[in-house]
Amino acid sequence: MRGASALPSRVRIQSGPLTEAGPSGGRRELPVESVFDVHGVSVFYGTKRALDGVNMRIPRSRVTALIGPSGCGKSTFIRSLNRMNDSVSSFRLEGQVLYHGHDLYAGNVDEVEVRRRIGMVFQKPNPFPKSIYDNVAWAPRNLGLRRGLDERVEGALRGAALWDEVKDRLKDGALGLSGGQQQRLCIARAIAIEPDVLLLDEPASALDPIATASIEELIHTLKGRFTIVIVTHNMQQAARVADETAFFGLGASDGGEPVGTLIEHAETATIFGNPADPRTRDYVSGRFG
Amino acid sequence: MSSATSPAAPGAARPAARRSRDWRRTFDRFGDGALYGVCALAVAIAVGALALSAYQVFDHASPAISKFGLGFLTSAEWQPNFDVYGAGTLLYGTLVSSFFALLIGGPIAISIGLYLSLLAPKGVRGVVSPLVEMLAAIPSVILGFWGLILLAPFVQQHVEPFLHDNFGFIPLFGAPQTTGASVFTASLILTIMVIPIIASISRDLFLAVPRDVQDGASALGATRWEVVRGIVLPTTAPGVIAASLLGLGRALGEAIAVSQLIGAGEKIDVSLFETGDTLAARIANQFPGAITEMHKASLYYCAAILLAIVLASNLGAQWIGRRFDYRRMAE
Amino acid sequence: MGEPAFDPAAPLTPTGNLRRRRAVSRVAESGATLGAAIAVAVLGIVVYSVFVHGVSALSLDFLLEGEPDGIGPALVGTAELVLIATLIAMPIGVLVAVYLVEFGGRLAAPIRLTLDVMNGYPSIIVGVFIFALIVEATHKQSAIAASIALAMIMLSIIARGTEEVLRLVPDAMREAAAALGVSRWRAVLTVILPSAMGGIATATILGVARAAGETAPLILIDSVWDGSHVSLDPLGPVPNIPVTIYKLSEEASPEGFARAWGAGFVLLFLIMLANVGARVLLARSRRRMAP
Repeated sequence: MRGASALPSRVRIQSGPLTEAGPSGGRRELPVESVFDVHGVSVFYGTKRALDGVNMRIPRSRVTALIGPSGCGKSTFIRSLNRMNDSVSSFRLEGQVLYHGHDLYAGNVDEVEVRRRIGMVFQKPNPFPKSIYDNVAWAPRNLGLRRGLDERVEGALRGAALWDEVKDRLKDGALGLSGGQQQRLCIARAIAIEPDVLLLDEPASALDPIATASIEELIHTLKGRFTIVIVTHNMQQAARVADETAFFGLGASDGGEPVGTLIEHAETATIFGNPADPRTRDYVSGRFG
Repeated sequence: MSSATSPAAPGAARPAARRSRDWRRTFDRFGDGALYGVCALAVAIAVGALALSAYQVFDHASPAISKFGLGFLTSAEWQPNFDVYGAGTLLYGTLVSSFFALLIGGPIAISIGLYLSLLAPKGVRGVVSPLVEMLAAIPSVILGFWGLILLAPFVQQHVEPFLHDNFGFIPLFGAPQTTGASVFTASLILTIMVIPIIASISRDLFLAVPRDVQDGASALGATRWEVVRGIVLPTTAPGVIAASLLGLGRALGEAIAVSQLIGAGEKIDVSLFETGDTLAARIANQFPGAITEMHKASLYYCAAILLAIVLASNLGAQWIGRRFDYRRMAE
Repeated sequence: MGEPAFDPAAPLTPTGNLRRRRAVSRVAESGATLGAAIAVAVLGIVVYSVFVHGVSALSLDFLLEGEPDGIGPALVGTAELVLIATLIAMPIGVLVAVYLVEFGGRLAAPIRLTLDVMNGYPSIIVGVFIFALIVEATHKQSAIAASIALAMIMLSIIARGTEEVLRLVPDAMREAAAALGVSRWRAVLTVILPSAMGGIATATILGVARAAGETAPLILIDSVWDGSHVSLDPLGPVPNIPVTIYKLSEEASPEGFARAWGAGFVLLFLIMLANVGARVLLARSRRRMAP
């Protein structure tokens, strides 16, 4: 495990135990059950280092936003959480990603099983060229969840706030939907198989503001049921939806060229109101990026 | 390029320069017209040759068409000595051997296309893809000769007895011939010819399926085969069908290799291991030696039937291919 | 939606029906790999057999002598047929492609359809056509008739390949020429065609490789000859390799078979060489085209 000691200029801040409003008005510590425990993770594409020494815990049933300028490894990081980077042949990961205590990259891990438990919605909506119903029903059918399929599809579409708009045309082609509807369909698809975690890689960046707003509302309703990690370029979006925020920026690397890394991770209010690292402060106050 | 005129006397030079410019403009306009004319002529020659070929075939077949009519397609009586001709055996052999090649070669070719597009590492793809295409470059006379000397004996001594002994209850697998020249052997060679065509086109179709849709499927916990079965194949199905029709056209029209391997049989037989004949092979076999007018006309008639079938298959492929393209472009 | 369908804290090994689905996927992947292996194996077997059997028949005499010992005149004949066919097909093919790309219009789609149909045209029918058109009319076989038949077969290959590479020429080049006042025909002849030369050469080589191996038309048009000496007269039949192989394969003599292997080896070698050469040319011209 590559440790922080090799990179003195990178500062890892944990601004104290995470808290929530307590029953009697004070604040109490949240049970920090983490879904992901990331230790010293660096990602390489061939010899090029894309991400450097990330240490992070992602808590259960909360929304964690990953913000930061382009090219700092946010997408690479999130895709490493469900083994989607495997398809890139030059991909190499150092360090450890623990999911509920299990090493995600151990030899005996089945990556298909990983993706069944950790779902992902992509930046550009990518519905299948099938009907709306079949889009949502496809994965459950694969998994053998054929009983109550209609109910499952309806539940997923309701959960994605799409049911009312499509309930009369479930057999229509999904490609006929608007961009925002297609993205909500992709979310419905993902939640239809009841994953443990939802990874959202810039889910609204390809959508217009109205569609974006509907996606953000959706995230609020999904919050308690799933652990959500969302990558976003939009700081206001992070401030609106996320419980915790992690800022990825460029940290100096021993190779000379700056490489993306985790700069600071804390409660959203802290990151935006009172960040500890000057680089975080610069970014959230709009001085760069 | 215009003639040199001294700038010191512009008044005197202008008419000369203008003349040369005018001449050049006319020359260019003539040149443009000539280019168009020459190109249009080339197009006319190409299209005209094709149209003329169809006309010639049907025209020279007309004596046989008027004598035998459509019964020519079902009658299996081919007796040059009596000037009685019927292409039933040939039509049967053509369809059986070509569909065999498509039935066996099609799935193999599609799996090759899947391998080259989705499974093979880039380096392997770079080597194996050209190799598969090279298979299409082998001349049919060489493939037929190889089949005659090496494949046919092997098939006759090992494959046909094996199939007959174990599956002989199916009428397709009758008793093996003595020579190995059979519909079966010819069909095997046609299979080899059909595979590279379907495989190359399928490979390109599969490669064109957008990456993000496949990623979306993988992200839902689907296995590779499920992504292929649920996304890749349905999306490319029309194109693969069009490719298969192109392959079918190739098999239907193959004359040389088939004539070397099919044994020039005269009867229609259910068993694949008997000899048979196809329209194309019979033309290749008997055309050079045909003497009577009716014999020749009947062979032209065979060519006409073959042309009709191949055109139907190829035009079907083009139609499906074009419709498929428009559909994808509309996304 | 109720309790999760699985225990998130369980180890990341297959749950539910995944083990079976994985097995199915593995079988499918093996099947695909097997298919590719079969194709490569068949190619290897055929090429190897032709090589092994053909090499033993090879000798300088074999390549230079006439029948019945050698294939010299047949080699010369095939070269002549292919040369004349190229002289016919290349200009027509290139000009058809120029029409499609530079002039286009409503006729473009039907013309392209015609080319696609020509590509799948059975060569035996081309042979029957030319036989009816020329051989029957002149009452003799001839090299020129055979070359015309081969040209018909080469035409669609050259036209399609040329069209592809002409499309790759950026429109900016055409616009620049027009802006400079260069007339269309001058632009095509001096700028566009030369930049497409690599692709045209590739298409022509592929057409040559195809034409050199075509047997069906020649059976009808150029199959009766005196193979003991070289014959170049285009108005009569000339010996050629494909029909030589075909005739030898229909006889039942071992010496004939040996010579057929030898001829087949030479033909296959040249065709494979042409294919590889075309590929190399294509890669090089693509590299030059792409910015």
